[in-house]
Amino acid sequence: MNIITTENGKTYPAIEGTLIPREQAHIYSEDFSIFYGNHEAVKKVSMNVPQKKVTAIIGPSGCGKSTYLRALNRMNDLIPICHNKGKMVFEDQDIHDPRIDVVTLRKRIGMVFQKPNPFPKSIYENIIFSQRLQGVRNKKKLDEVVETCLRKAAIWDEVKDRLDKNALGLSGGQQQRLCIARALAANPEILLMDEPTSALDPQATLKIEDLIDELVHNYTIIIVTHNMQQAARVSDYTAFFYEGDLIEFSDTSLLFRKPRKQKTEDYITGRFG
Amino acid sequence: MAHLRTRKILDRSFTGFGFISIFFMALALLVLLVPIFIKGSSAFFFQGTVEFRRFQLDTFGRGNAAKIHEEVERSRKMAKPIYDKIAYFRENELPEYSYAERRDFNNDLEEIEENLYKLLGPQPGTEPHSVLPSDNYGRTRWDGRTKLLVGLVMNREEWYYGESGNEEGRLRQVSRTDDFKGTSMEEFFPWFETIIKDILNPRLTCYWRFLFDESRDSHFFGGIWPEVLGTFYLTLGSMLFAVPLGIIVAIFLAEFAKEGKFVSLLRTCISTLAGVPSIVFGLFGLAFFINTMHVSSNKSVLAGSMTLAILILPTIIRAAEEAIRSVPHTYKEAALSLGATKWGTVLKVILPAALPGILTGIVISMGRAAGETAPIIFTAAVSVGKPLKLFEVFNNGTPALSWNIYNLATEHEAVDEIRHVQYGMVLTLILLVLTLNLFAIILRARISKKLRG
Repeated sequence: MNIITTENGKTYPAIEGTLIPREQAHIYSEDFSIFYGNHEAVKKVSMNVPQKKVTAIIGPSGCGKSTYLRALNRMNDLIPICHNKGKMVFEDQDIHDPRIDVVTLRKRIGMVFQKPNPFPKSIYENIIFSQRLQGVRNKKKLDEVVETCLRKAAIWDEVKDRLDKNALGLSGGQQQRLCIARALAANPEILLMDEPTSALDPQATLKIEDLIDELVHNYTIIIVTHNMQQAARVSDYTAFFYEGDLIEFSDTSLLFRKPRKQKTEDYITGRFG
Repeated sequence: MAHLRTRKILDRSFTGFGFISIFFMALALLVLLVPIFIKGSSAFFFQGTVEFRRFQLDTFGRGNAAKIHEEVERSRKMAKPIYDKIAYFRENELPEYSYAERRDFNNDLEEIEENLYKLLGPQPGTEPHSVLPSDNYGRTRWDGRTKLLVGLVMNREEWYYGESGNEEGRLRQVSRTDDFKGTSMEEFFPWFETIIKDILNPRLTCYWRFLFDESRDSHFFGGIWPEVLGTFYLTLGSMLFAVPLGIIVAIFLAEFAKEGKFVSLLRTCISTLAGVPSIVFGLFGLAFFINTMHVSSNKSVLAGSMTLAILILPTIIRAAEEAIRSVPHTYKEAALSLGATKWGTVLKVILPAALPGILTGIVISMGRAAGETAPIIFTAAVSVGKPLKLFEVFNNGTPALSWNIYNLATEHEAVDEIRHVQYGMVLTLILLVLTLNLFAIILRARISKKLRG
């Protein structure tokens, strides 16, 4: 591997995104491209995502960051004109191999969406949705899952007295934490977050960020965000996407203090975006 | 941008037009519904005569037997002088007149006796014309029709061509009192008018069993239970076929079908199906279900339900597809990201969320299935029948409200005498549909509330 060295003394590989050795990556992609029809939305991105760390993906609108994130648990399957090229590997298996069981994959790679999207059911029913899918009927076990997950998502104290109430009655921030709890109930190893706070007020945002700090002890988290301060606050590593290319992948503190690429610097200093 | 004033005027006039439209709609509804309710209720509430009570006692064993016998005796006693007077005139006075006069008197007497028969039933001590209930009983209701018969005893109808005899003819009523001037019958008619109501002894009656009685003598007597039950069976049966089928098709179209030539052809077919005249469905049902598929050897509730099901299928498919499409995309994403299969997502998340919309479609088509006439003419409807038991629906036709309203209003032997039955059926049908709708609306509101939180 062609190693290059930058001025601050840290070594970087020539291929952007391979800062973390592949052996330590929880999930990685290699020359991975995504097309909407003929339009190449993500261009040959290679990225090794570290285990049990928060990796933020930033970039201007339309840079392909959400598309890349959704490819990680094959949510792009819902879009008929979307297809892809290259490799994306999770535990020695190509995620986009047609033979793979996508249902199991999605159970292991959970997702939290931009807009809180609880089901129009009770809080309790929302949490146990994935358990129900797995055929768990034991009431005691379900109660346990509900409490554990709601505690993990730091919302237990707020909702424990109204578990049978409709989830849509919660505030936006509570709904989003409920959605995180719901994702956790499926026992994922990786948690994908697609701009999870963009629809929330600052206080609710803060709570979610605190929650991410907690969760990273047990889960690998990949978060797409528009908000650079947020990326700086919560993430260990940051990837900067621009027009489908992965421009820079590096330690968050380094990326925001001393970006290696001109485009990154232009973006974080607000010259475009 | 128009001036503020202009905009205000436009806004106001638009609101005004809205109110006017709603007012006219309400008025139209009122004009339609009030007569239906008033006339329809005459099947349930009316002035029931002694004959009505006698019929109820004889046929269904209802009422206090001793009291009714006493009442019947009293009526007969009161009616006896009527027959006596006619007999006296016929025996003692009639032979003295000339042949031409005798002929005129006989015509009068025959008409009088005919109408008396209709009013009071067979004269005590004589055989009824037949075993039909309508020949065994007089008028059961004191209503316009009965008063008309009283008038026909009192007066004679004749064609009148003016003083000169050359004018255009018109029917006019001639008092029989004038015909019988100078005979012992002269006093008969004023006297008859005073006692006839007393003989029939009308009393305000609430015949709520109209709904639950079988009809006797092709709806001259009794109620409409077989029709109500038939409509119920047909509606429910068509729902049984159309709802699952419609929802599955809607799911396929909304969630699974890849847009292409085949699917757009399918959509066109469904839209066309919605516009086909209902009588065509009726004929199709006969040709396909009965003659080709042999689902039953003849008319049956089963064949009728299937025909109605095809009729309402497009409505259900469209409503369900709309409802499924309007479920937020985010629900689907959430379910899939939690590891649900496509079918699991549809069953556990999308269908529950789409249920209110689907129910609306079901309600609309339910009302339609209950009221449709043409599709069941050839496939299910018979004009007179017993209430069917559940296991009989596979091979038996049934009377149904919609078809029997039409049948009784056009093809019955005595359309005018059973108006109350027709109106009663109309009212029942409307109430049935309203009840079904109300039930579904409440259900829908409950589900919506549960979904909204």
